[in-house]
Amino acid sequence: MSDKEKEKKQGTNISRRSFLKGVGTGTVAATVAPAILVGDSETAEAQTDGAASTAKIQLNINEKLYEIEVEARTTLLTVLRDGIDTGGNSVDLTGAKLICDRGECGGCTVLADGKAVYACMMLAMDAQSKQITTVEGIANGDDLHPVQEAFIQHDAMMCGFCTPGFIVSSVALLNENQKPTIAEIKDSLSGNTCRCGTYPFIFDAVETASEKM
Amino acid sequence: MASWGEASQSRLIGKRIARLSGKEKVTGKAKYTFDINRPGMLYGRILRSEVAHANVTDLDLTRAEELPGVKAIIPLIEVGRKIRYQGQEIAAVAAETDDIAKDALRLIYVELEELPFVVTEADAMAEGAPQIRDDWKANQSNPGKNEDGDVEAGFAEAAVTVEATYHTPVQTHVCLETHGNVVEWTDEQNLTVWASTQAVFGVRNDLARNLQLPANQVRVITEHMGGGFGSKFSAGTEGLAAARLSRMAGRPVKLMLTRKAEHLVAGNRPSMTQHVKAGATRDGRLIAYDMRGYGTGGTGGGAGFTGPYVYHVPNRRTERFNVAVNAGSQRAMRAPGHPQGAFAMDSLIDELAEKLGMNPLEFRRINDSSEVRQAQYTLGAQEIGWHRRNSVPGSGTGVKKRGMGVGSGQWGGGGGRGTQARITINPDGTVEAVTGTQDIGTGIRTAIAIIVAEELGLSPTDISVKIGDSGPGLPSGGSGGSQTTASVAPVIKTAAAAAKQKLFEHVAPLLQAPVDDLRVGAGTIYVASDRTKTVTWRQATGLLGVESISEGGNWNPELRQGGVAGTQFAEVEVDTQTGHVEVLKIVAVQDCGLAINRLTTESQINGGVIMGLGQTLLEERIMDPQTGRMLNANLEDYKVPGTFEIPEIKSIVFDTHRKVTGVGEPPCIPTLGAIANAVYNAIGVRIRELPITPDKVLTALAEKKA
Repeated sequence: MSDKEKEKKQGTNISRRSFLKGVGTGTVAATVAPAILVGDSETAEAQTDGAASTAKIQLNINEKLYEIEVEARTTLLTVLRDGIDTGGNSVDLTGAKLICDRGECGGCTVLADGKAVYACMMLAMDAQSKQITTVEGIANGDDLHPVQEAFIQHDAMMCGFCTPGFIVSSVALLNENQKPTIAEIKDSLSGNTCRCGTYPFIFDAVETASEKM
Repeated sequence: MASWGEASQSRLIGKRIARLSGKEKVTGKAKYTFDINRPGMLYGRILRSEVAHANVTDLDLTRAEELPGVKAIIPLIEVGRKIRYQGQEIAAVAAETDDIAKDALRLIYVELEELPFVVTEADAMAEGAPQIRDDWKANQSNPGKNEDGDVEAGFAEAAVTVEATYHTPVQTHVCLETHGNVVEWTDEQNLTVWASTQAVFGVRNDLARNLQLPANQVRVITEHMGGGFGSKFSAGTEGLAAARLSRMAGRPVKLMLTRKAEHLVAGNRPSMTQHVKAGATRDGRLIAYDMRGYGTGGTGGGAGFTGPYVYHVPNRRTERFNVAVNAGSQRAMRAPGHPQGAFAMDSLIDELAEKLGMNPLEFRRINDSSEVRQAQYTLGAQEIGWHRRNSVPGSGTGVKKRGMGVGSGQWGGGGGRGTQARITINPDGTVEAVTGTQDIGTGIRTAIAIIVAEELGLSPTDISVKIGDSGPGLPSGGSGGSQTTASVAPVIKTAAAAAKQKLFEHVAPLLQAPVDDLRVGAGTIYVASDRTKTVTWRQATGLLGVESISEGGNWNPELRQGGVAGTQFAEVEVDTQTGHVEVLKIVAVQDCGLAINRLTTESQINGGVIMGLGQTLLEERIMDPQTGRMLNANLEDYKVPGTFEIPEIKSIVFDTHRKVTGVGEPPCIPTLGAIANAVYNAIGVRIRELPITPDKVLTALAEKKA
């Protein structure tokens, strides 16, 4: 059956009150009426067509230059995790995690010119002029950063999925405030979420790191 | 008799040792399933229903299939079948990029004939509610009933009775790494799967069965995983879909759930509502208990909870049933049934004690037969300063009122058979420990290294621990029920002891001493009766020539024990103007048996307390009765504890014996009652419904005034 026939079917034989028409999940509108118009195939098509246009950009990540082709909608996080540069090499910086996908959990925290940012909320194109540092770029070769050493010493991790985000946020904090109080630590790390419940040892680790820096 | 030896003789066991995976985790190098990128890999996504109950009347994948970059697409439901909850799978797609996969979902054509739905327990049980299960009456399962003693006679003997209704809502697991897999067919008959799972062998068997493959042709790898909490034991619909898409496209496929889907379909802790009446004698003995309760586990069952809990009641009657709603199904969640049951029981105990005019701790002591918990009560009360609590609840002055409470819990965690392991000592001195368990963040990898290193006189970092892979064919059970350490540790210990014995046989002739006179020191082997006779570890293993030693172990039940007790004390401060509850301090006294690694054990206790705190004050799946949807399927509106909620936590590793046991689950149990009772002690009004949010506190305070 063609889409036209489907439209027809929807328009004539089937009452909108008894049927839901669904095209995808992206644009669902909540309503109290029993009939819910779910999405619109024309819009979806327009979106996908628009997505095809790309641009070549340069990114400075962990002091290395990457030339990479991105769509307007491509986030910095997508480039880090899934990006392939124009030479065909995978960027493969998977330390930053996509957890909430909307700037709520801090799992994707990276440094942009030394400041902590959520890589899921930054478009790749907007990262062009910035120095990006991911968790992979925090250590100096094999020499761990004091924050990293303290996290290991205090067992400030369990499953470890949130750990890269906490490491980067902690480094950002100590770059600005070398002797934070416990309240300042809580405040600075409040944008990061851990589900295993490692917070108490994270606070200890940041305090230890601040003593060593 | 097998034993772990005296604490004074332990070089490593029971000490605080940094986890082996620490460096990988803090540098971002630890590769989780979500981080696996394979050459030519496609990205999978699943189209899910936004409606809670419907018939699928049409499904057309053609336009999505035609989208450039789409490599495979499959339906996950047939036309004519029913959607039974929001989030149910409709179709899956694999595409060159995740964004293309997202686009493709929008091009899938679905027609759904909406059916009446119920998403709350109250609506499901209401007169004339739509029936969502053919096999249950009024959306309720047949109740399970139990009776012991003579309940009526018990109440006749009671000097005081309390009647109350306690409620805990549905809580979701919120694994930070969502459920998912990376699937790669090495040929038509061999499958390699990176799975975010707490059961590599469970997933292997699950996939083999469903794909009709021999089990030995499926390899499951879980090097690191980002949280499971009981929800990640099987391959799931998403795992099978990924395998099918990958086979169709002839390329590897990564398919991870979205954050929203994780809330909707990846499991949850069922709700609990219980109406309970209980009585106690004048001298403080629990004498009668009559409880009727229910919970919802979604469209199925599984909404069990404990009660009576911890404390013995001679005359008791219970009736429990499940309520079906159009929402995603429950799965095991950290101590299934216990935290909610403990919240009700601990609240009830407090209410009875108050009616008797008795200190709630004294009342507990009278009714608690556990010697371990009796000792914990003393220790915990000292640590929190129990004497400082309000003798009259709510009697504090000022806007912010403080209070203290106590809660209790129990768990099994004694482990079981089913683990195979090999300890290999190579001629070059290296040591490998291989078994099919997995580290879900609790630290079993490090525990294995500690046990082997202790046995062989080495350092934990000398041991190469290979777990989280079904490839070597050494099975172990899923990491659930707090069973991992008690299941794995005895096998590792006996395997390491057997390997050591074999090495001693090679060394004995050189040292001219009998095998049973040999001992390990730090990196050495020496003769006990003449300590001048010694060889280094490397010299000893050099005697092996070309032949490595490789020994298995057995699950010796003498090395483990189940049945752990726990007690927690909470101090809170309640702002009577805003209704905000701040937990100031938790003292968690947790029976841990022999803690292999004190550091990671403390981490687990902290984690349990924090998850319990979340359940008490923050977490709730909110369903919209109008649309049938979950209103807070994200991390902004579904609140999990963050830095501001974290109190001072005093985690006390309470070693009661030198046998290993599991503590993954028990520390999340007593927290609920301890905090809820502390809130009561602070403000003098009891909140019987979790989470204790500011609106409930303010309403309760207003009602008290009125």
